[in-house]
Amino acid sequence: MSQAVIVVALVWVAAAGTAVVLTRDPLRQAFTAGFFGLALAFFYLSLQAGDVALSQIVVGAIALPLIVLLSLAKVRKDRE
Amino acid sequence: MSRRARLVFFAVAVAALAVALGVGLAGLPSFGAQLSAYARMLNELAPGQRHVTDVVSAISFDYRGIDTLFEEFILLSAVAGISVLLRPLSDETRRLPQDKAPDRTIPPPSPAVWLLAVFLSSLLLLTGIETVTHGQLTPGGGFQGGVILASVLYVVYLGTNYVTVERFQPDALLEASDGLGASGYVLIGLLGLLAGTSFLSNVVGLGVTGDAVSGGTIQLLNVVVGVEVAGGFAILASEFLDQTSVIRTKRR
Repeated sequence: MSQAVIVVALVWVAAAGTAVVLTRDPLRQAFTAGFFGLALAFFYLSLQAGDVALSQIVVGAIALPLIVLLSLAKVRKDRE
Repeated sequence: MSRRARLVFFAVAVAALAVALGVGLAGLPSFGAQLSAYARMLNELAPGQRHVTDVVSAISFDYRGIDTLFEEFILLSAVAGISVLLRPLSDETRRLPQDKAPDRTIPPPSPAVWLLAVFLSSLLLLTGIETVTHGQLTPGGGFQGGVILASVLYVVYLGTNYVTVERFQPDALLEASDGLGASGYVLIGLLGLLAGTSFLSNVVGLGVTGDAVSGGTIQLLNVVVGVEVAGGFAILASEFLDQTSVIRTKRR
């Protein structure tokens, strides 16, 4: 059973990681990177690493998208 | 550097990386292997020695507390570096965005958005405090809880506007919490020296395993790290928000 959960998590990580690479538009990439972070958090949780999973959630879902989105907004505003 | 020289440099670097990675990966324990002797020992010893139920916290804030001290200062210097990099430059000014259509007023956020922001921010505040203070009992701790606490400000911004969120985050308070949190870690470490043992040793009363107040300095360190990380991430967010909202290039 736990093996199946790990397999699902690994497949999810691989698919989400590929999606981040294949997304060329930075704005969309911020979202796919967020999903990739979620997949990684689920993967760590499936390996029973609760502390690492929590750190991954706060960095991948809060800190990283915020910095990427605000930087993109700044770059676009300067172009106007 | 010519194209040929670059290619040679690249080939050498790739070969070195491949060898180092190959040797490293070959030495990894196989997937699903038993826990290492060190992990088994700590699982056995930590609850009795440090009165905690989350062994990871005991490792990062006690047995390997000095590593976490350096990580705190990495975060502190990263936040300081971002503050310096994103300061208003000589050809930039701070001013609130101008309304490009003054005859039409911007509609205020709908009551539903406002209610959701109030609900979510109070829930996040509670979750953040819970995560910070229960670091020695359950997964989580100062770092994770600190980021959750800082994210309360993001929700306030999303539910209202820039001017409102500025009222909630006076710069002096954010900077003070960042600095006090980082120095608090050192001060708690010095308690060990005062008690006549080594730096960062767990000299405070350990309490009963599983109690809300237990683990001695592990819990105290989690609280100061929570204060530091919350302040640091709030500074980070406000610096980036300043850049997008109020800092403009001067017209020439």
